[in-house]
Amino acid sequence: MDKKIKEKLGFLLLFACILTTIFFLGIIIYFIFVRGIGALSWEFITQVPREAMTAGGIAPAIVGTFYLTLGAMVFSIPLGLACAIYLSEYSPQGFIVNIIRISINNLAGVPSVVFGLFGLAIFVKFFGFGVSILSGSLTLGIMVLPSIISAAQEALMAVPQSYREASLALGATLWETIRKVVLPSALPGILTGVILSIGRVAGETAPILFTAATFYTRGYPDSVFSEVMALPYHIYALMTEGVHPEEQTRIAYGCALILLILVLSMSTLAIILRQRQRSRSYYGS
Amino acid sequence: MYQKKEKIIRWLFTILAFSSLLFLVGITLTLFSSGLPVFQEVGLFDFILGKDWYPTYDPPDYGILPLILASFMVTIGAVLVCVPLGVGSALFVNELATHRQRVILKPIIEILAGVPSIVYGFFGMVIVAPYLQRILNIPVGQTAFTGSLMLGIMATPTVCSISEDALSFVPNSFREASMALGGNRWQTLTKVIIPAAGSGISTGIILGMSRAVGETMTVLMVTGGAAVIPTSFFKPVRPMTSTIAAEMGKTVVGSTHYHSLFAIGLILFLITLLFNIIAEIISRRFRLKLGLGR
Repeated sequence: MDKKIKEKLGFLLLFACILTTIFFLGIIIYFIFVRGIGALSWEFITQVPREAMTAGGIAPAIVGTFYLTLGAMVFSIPLGLACAIYLSEYSPQGFIVNIIRISINNLAGVPSVVFGLFGLAIFVKFFGFGVSILSGSLTLGIMVLPSIISAAQEALMAVPQSYREASLALGATLWETIRKVVLPSALPGILTGVILSIGRVAGETAPILFTAATFYTRGYPDSVFSEVMALPYHIYALMTEGVHPEEQTRIAYGCALILLILVLSMSTLAIILRQRQRSRSYYGS
Repeated sequence: MYQKKEKIIRWLFTILAFSSLLFLVGITLTLFSSGLPVFQEVGLFDFILGKDWYPTYDPPDYGILPLILASFMVTIGAVLVCVPLGVGSALFVNELATHRQRVILKPIIEILAGVPSIVYGFFGMVIVAPYLQRILNIPVGQTAFTGSLMLGIMATPTVCSISEDALSFVPNSFREASMALGGNRWQTLTKVIIPAAGSGISTGIILGMSRAVGETMTVLMVTGGAAVIPTSFFKPVRPMTSTIAAEMGKTVVGSTHYHSLFAIGLILFLITLLFNIIAEIISRRFRLKLGLGR
């Protein structure tokens, strides 16, 4: 075959690949949007469910997802940040760093349902927290820890070495340098990672399946030890439980749309933030 | 005074830094301690190679071979979808796209990666499964094929972004050298760039596979859930992850069923661990090959 025709065909093939990928994204968002928009109303996001899940709103599920995400972040941000600071600012290079790095990588690869099992055995049963916001938040927090660590580590490594040297030369201690010089300039990068993680935690279902979520609560959760409704689990429950499949599917579309808007706005925000940082650091250097 | 404070802070960070190791060890221990009893209660071979999974029958059967085969099948199917799409997209974005196209395409891929698995599962359940049922004229739409398709689409962004990273590490001098020898862009792509980034791309594929094996909600909602030895892509199957998710709520703590679900979790954990280790080894070699060090 002619060299040129082969090149053309090859390029066409690659173009087809990316088109197909984008087509799938488009079609998923399109269907969820078109069919979910009908279910949306002010009532839908502010009211509790009524009449066996066929009417009313999904406010408890939105609130539940908010609590779970908040709890997971309260747990994982300080821990992840500390871990990243140790790895990039304190640790003697070599053996210890390698062990920690390998365990972070492997923790990142553990399937989400296995985190759920761990949460069930440790938080729900062993510590006796029961099926609760606390158990769910801790499970989600551990799951998202690796992504927070690597995002924070990357942001810390991007801080120029000269900043640290300048601060140390002025007589600041290592901790003062980290707190007043390194962390502030790494903050935007850390924030991007955190926002991406929030999106991920809000959408996860498998880890909260046996640690936090329930199909129906009478009202809003009143303590960290209560079971909660959560948006992603609610979609699953609406599709697999209950006795009014048609009405429930309509509500599930609404839930999916809200979840999608929530998660996608998080990732869009993170992408915009990162782009801004890049252009700024470009002029700065 | 200052020195003491600095020391305390250093120790604090050191302790906290080991948390990820602690959790990994904790997960391993939990899975072993809650999963291993099943090998005594049922027997290693009867458990892994048993052909019947009827945990709630009397007498119960705890053979997970159908579940393992289902996971295997769905993962292979997903790989057939995500490898061409993911690697093809990465090649396009990195090698052919103009700057402006790239600025638009990269965020889109990243957003695709952020769509929660429950949304893929829901979409697969209400749109894809009924559609496939109609056009393929099969009795149920929730099959291994539907699962493979949805998982493949889900894993595509993972494969794509890691492959793209690998491609961006290929030095420009490689491209220039090939062009200078008279190769056109396609020849450069297939004979120079892909081989150079090959191991980086395979890391992406392995991590994509690892994601597909461990994915839960999507397969739970679209594969149908029949725990029988899979015979065709167009029949319902029940992979390991969805078995855990569907049945854990109904088990009694400490029962053989409970232990067997943890043992399935343990097997999943070991499989993904293996994938990660392989990916790690390959990516280390890749970096050495291109002289990037570690």
